[in-house]
Amino acid sequence: MSIERNLTDKVTAMTKNGETPGATAETDAFDKKRPLTISQIRASTRNKKVLKRGGSYLFLLAGAITMVAPFLWMLTTSLKEPGAVFSFQKNWWEEWLPFSFHWENYVKAWHVVPFGRFYLNSIFVAVCVTAAQVLTSAMAAYSFARLNFPGRDKIFFGYLATMMVPGAVTMIPVFILLRYLGWIDTYKAMILPAAFTAYGTFMLRQFFLTLPKDLEDAAKIDGCSYFRIFWQIILPLSKPALATLTTFTFMGTWMSFMWPLIVMNTHEKFTLPIGLAYFQSLHGTNWTYLMAGSMMMILPILLVFIFNQRFFVEGIKLSGIKG
Amino acid sequence: MGKKRLDQYDYNWPETIAAYGFLSPNLAGFFLFTTIPVIASLVLSFMQWNLLTDPEFVGLANFIELVRDPLFWKYCWNTVYLMAAIPISMAGSLILALALNQKLKGEVIFRTVYFLPTISSGVAIFILWKLIYNPEFGVLNTMISKIGDIIGLSLTGPQWLQDEAWAKPALIIMGVWQTVGGYNMVLYLAALQGVPRDFYDAAEVDGANSWQKFWAVTWPQISPTTFFIAIMSVIGGFQAGFDPAYIMTGGGPNGSTTTLIFYLWSEAFKWNRMGYAAALAWVLFLIVFVFTLIQWRFFSKKVHY
Repeated sequence: MSIERNLTDKVTAMTKNGETPGATAETDAFDKKRPLTISQIRASTRNKKVLKRGGSYLFLLAGAITMVAPFLWMLTTSLKEPGAVFSFQKNWWEEWLPFSFHWENYVKAWHVVPFGRFYLNSIFVAVCVTAAQVLTSAMAAYSFARLNFPGRDKIFFGYLATMMVPGAVTMIPVFILLRYLGWIDTYKAMILPAAFTAYGTFMLRQFFLTLPKDLEDAAKIDGCSYFRIFWQIILPLSKPALATLTTFTFMGTWMSFMWPLIVMNTHEKFTLPIGLAYFQSLHGTNWTYLMAGSMMMILPILLVFIFNQRFFVEGIKLSGIKG
Repeated sequence: MGKKRLDQYDYNWPETIAAYGFLSPNLAGFFLFTTIPVIASLVLSFMQWNLLTDPEFVGLANFIELVRDPLFWKYCWNTVYLMAAIPISMAGSLILALALNQKLKGEVIFRTVYFLPTISSGVAIFILWKLIYNPEFGVLNTMISKIGDIIGLSLTGPQWLQDEAWAKPALIIMGVWQTVGGYNMVLYLAALQGVPRDFYDAAEVDGANSWQKFWAVTWPQISPTTFFIAIMSVIGGFQAGFDPAYIMTGGGPNGSTTTLIFYLWSEAFKWNRMGYAAALAWVLFLIVFVFTLIQWRFFSKKVHY
């Protein structure tokens, strides 16, 4: 009797918590010989559970629709006959769902401005910035985390102190510097200022500090050079942190808008974001092409994300906790 | 700092050389593109320079002009106003995270979908929303008038981005849509999963209902995350607003969507007023610095709780 009482309490408590008592092994085993009172409780529990789950699903679904609807409208608009955007549709769903498929809009958008060129420029700049930043950050972080040298703490403090300086402060002098070097309107102007960051160094240093030292000590005893320790021990052990930094750097560079806008003038050297803005300034009233162009810009990154989202989420948690 | 006056024996030449070797590429770049520019920017803020004639030292004139500049205060207000998106978005992120944190089937799908606006490139999103907000043909006002037809009223939506009163709310709505399911939701989800189950069990023993459990257990337990997100968002918020303003409104109508960073950009790169823009950048830095200090103080206290 006391056991039964105990379980009743438990089931009620779980009901209050919105838990799923039916799903746990304990209550399942108990169900086989359930007395009447418990079965009643269980029925009400199930009802409540269904209600609560249903409510949550409805809410989440409403949220998902809100998130997707603008994209859907983007796709629909991009596939409409040019000009049809401005005629009123009879039914509301014609506004949202694609009923005509003018794929040639994409072909036209691709050719109105050198979209392919923008793509290549974006990939080139993002790859260069990411490679340079990850490599130099990892090297500097190894130095800060593992090596002992005079001036280390002072230099590291300098990194920390400048980490909170907003980009707005350095933007103007860097522009002037690049102007003196004659680098304005070159790829260098987009790549080099973005290639060395305190943030990457800081993040990787924090991660390196958490790695066990035993392997390195063993390697040192075997006469391993610092470079080999770095290359063959530290880097392989730091794959998650390196992957996170790589992803965020790549995404950040891929989407970077303001800086390329400031330093670039020649259309052929534009990256996608400023290229698309340029496209808008030329064809701002041509909605189908605009949406086709925007679609082409977000689609590749969307696909990359959908297939890697799990790892991406882990990266955010890592950087959020560390940051 | 300070306490370590390391003995000379702690250093050896091979290690020091290797260390500086590893450090030098990053340090050189960092020095050239961050350290020197920070100092140069401070010097510049005491100068008047249009890049064509020689720079001229003007003392504090830029800062005095800034304080007296009504546009500066107006754009400060715009920047703060637009940050109304932060609490709305955070509340939304938390609610979504709470709904997702029930071990429902399809959690990954929902999370992926919510993340789509964050992952999509800003420029494409801003162009999209510019069209959505179009007063005549945009889908938002079309829907509003359709709904009006259904309920038998003639509804007309506002002019959105072309109306001084509606432009900022329009950007806030878009900002919430863009950020609500993004990083903050993921951070909240991680925080919620980190709350010990025992706390809920203890609350249940005391007979707490879901609402009470949220305020007595969940909310205090995730408060470091809330604080972290809030401070980071505010720091970001002071430097935000360039991209949407550039693409969607050009800072208008009548300067109603010009933020501090947009003002800085137009002063520096449209009007070539480098000194004035540098002074503006330093004021921005000071604001950000205050919030950074608050964050540091808070987290250094919170470490041992």
